[in-house]
Amino acid sequence: MNGPGRLIVTAPPPRGRYGEFGGSFVPETVVPALQQLEAAAVEALSDPQFLAEFYRLEAGYAGRPTPLHHARRLSERVGRPVWLKREDLLHTGAHKLNNALGQLLLAQRMGKHRIVAETGAGQHGLATATACALLGMDCIVYMGREDMRRQAVNVAKMKLLGARVEPVGDPAATLKDATSEAIRDWVTNVRGTHYVIGSAVGPHPYPWLVRTLQSVIGSEARAQMLELAGGLPEVVIASVGGGSNAIGIFAAFLADSEVQLLGVEAGGRGPEPGANGASLGLGTPGVLHGSRSYILQDRDGQVLPTHSISAGLDYPGVGPEHANLMATGRASYLALDDRQALDAFHLLTRLEGIIPALESSHAVAAALRLPAGQGPILVCLSGRGDKDLETVLGWEPS
Amino acid sequence: MSSAGDAILAALPRSGGEPRVCPYLMAGFPDPEGTADLLLAAEAGGGALIEVGIPHSDPLADGPTLQAAGRHALAHGMTTRLALAQVELARSRGLRVPVVCMTYLNPVAQFGLEEFCRAAAAAGVDAVLVPDLPLEEMGGLEGSASRAGLGLCTMVAPTTPDRRLALAAARATGFVYCVSRTGVTGKGDPTEGTDLLDRVRALSGRPLVLGFGVRRRSQVMALAGLADGVAVGTRIVEAATGADPAASVREVVAELCGR
Ligand SMILES: Cc1ncc(COP(=O)(O)O)c(C=O)c1O
Repeated sequence: MNGPGRLIVTAPPPRGRYGEFGGSFVPETVVPALQQLEAAAVEALSDPQFLAEFYRLEAGYAGRPTPLHHARRLSERVGRPVWLKREDLLHTGAHKLNNALGQLLLAQRMGKHRIVAETGAGQHGLATATACALLGMDCIVYMGREDMRRQAVNVAKMKLLGARVEPVGDPAATLKDATSEAIRDWVTNVRGTHYVIGSAVGPHPYPWLVRTLQSVIGSEARAQMLELAGGLPEVVIASVGGGSNAIGIFAAFLADSEVQLLGVEAGGRGPEPGANGASLGLGTPGVLHGSRSYILQDRDGQVLPTHSISAGLDYPGVGPEHANLMATGRASYLALDDRQALDAFHLLTRLEGIIPALESSHAVAAALRLPAGQGPILVCLSGRGDKDLETVLGWEPS
Repeated sequence: MSSAGDAILAALPRSGGEPRVCPYLMAGFPDPEGTADLLLAAEAGGGALIEVGIPHSDPLADGPTLQAAGRHALAHGMTTRLALAQVELARSRGLRVPVVCMTYLNPVAQFGLEEFCRAAAAAGVDAVLVPDLPLEEMGGLEGSASRAGLGLCTMVAPTTPDRRLALAAARATGFVYCVSRTGVTGKGDPTEGTDLLDRVRALSGRPLVLGFGVRRRSQVMALAGLADGVAVGTRIVEAATGADPAASVREVVAELCGR
């Protein structure tokens, strides 16, 4: 394959709606900025110069296209061919850089030079800090105290790159609180600041914009499957935190009705409230961080705490397009727990010599549970596991 | 116009004089049963209209003080239903000034828009204000509020362009909440809101309430002829942390009113 895959550019859905999900539920102060962002994105994504610059950075800086690896020993174990889309080999170690590069080019175009972001696992914060260093922009990353503790290496890297990392909330604070705080910063400094949201969540146009920028994963993977495997996969699997790597790879296969799409959420310690991050599997429709989707909440509409061994899946909401893909039956979702993810982490490490991110380990764990003797499985290996070593080595079942 | 809307206009007349003080209280802070007392204390201090915040786990427009108060209230068992019950209790004990509930969309949506508006009106609430419900998404709540005889407040910000300003002003049946500056509650210099008040004044016959960052009597005075009401939240919630919350709330409201 020559050069990065092409973005799958669709028109933004009217009023940001995906069926009954999506929308834009934010304070008035930022409504004009969201409208400006949508207009700027539509214009940029149809400008050959903007796209050329994006592809240039994706190729020469980020390292696209990422390889598609036929995982032979894993395939033997599963009993059918398994292909891994190697987003773990992207610069900074996860798919998050696709979105950060695209959004920062857009921010530059809009004349906004102060960047705020939230981060959970630290991968989105790291990608944003990296792209800010590359493009010479100011970067502030909000991060929950609990995540700062468990992702200390990423915190150190962000600081080296020149970003300011702002601790958020109480000692247990994670991605949800960091996202709220990043939005508050944006509401305050909206005139000169762009908010780079890290997943396909948030108010319109973010779910559409992030999906478009991450669709580079799917368009590459689809072409590579045709070229290297000689046909389409039977199943595409991706982990789902907010859902950006999943929607990015699904985007290219939505029209291939014979291809099953399977998203994997964090089952955490189990199905009890507060013990997982399975918004689609265990949540109910509600509004969080500006859009209507499935969220983990109590009867009064208060958002519940979450848990996952992987910080990137430790989030009580999910992108609205996934909610709609579940409602229409086009995609299905399951939750796998900490133990299952950890087993898959070790297995992939030993069988393929690839240390996966704990988020991506959830997707690998799902592949291990599919019936043998059928068609090829494509797994989005969204990131590498270096950031998770401390968690893995220190893990004790509770 | 609903009678609730009339009561709000009567409480915050567009007289061009000094704006009336509109204290904000977080329901359930500092304790779940004490909110009715604080409503009465705020009225006794001279509050012309009282805003009652129903706590939410993820309040995007709240600064640190209100976030902490909301977290505390939730941790001590405050719910939407109990908040409305406190308003009802205050009414039964003689509270006369209009009450506006301020909360976020999700708690209201889980309660059910229609159900919430009916319950709020029955409890003696006059209007609702939902900061994360912009004009484009307001239709559902607008219908439910109007059927329940409840006013709806709209919000405008310094970043709101004139065309939207006119829409927001036209759709308010309670008051028009003018956010003094880009940001969250508790921060900033309210006189920065002067431009916005100038722009919106000609567009609406509803009272204009300026909020975010008002803490002192001098700021209230400086808004004479510009705003019809000033919302004071963080300063009041801070007062409610004292040993005798009702006495401190009453005292701070009286000071803001120049009594
Ligand atoms: C490697 C990796 N995979 C997956 C995720 C989950 O995010 P999303 O669902 O947006 O892809 C993260 C988030 O931090 C991540 O770092």
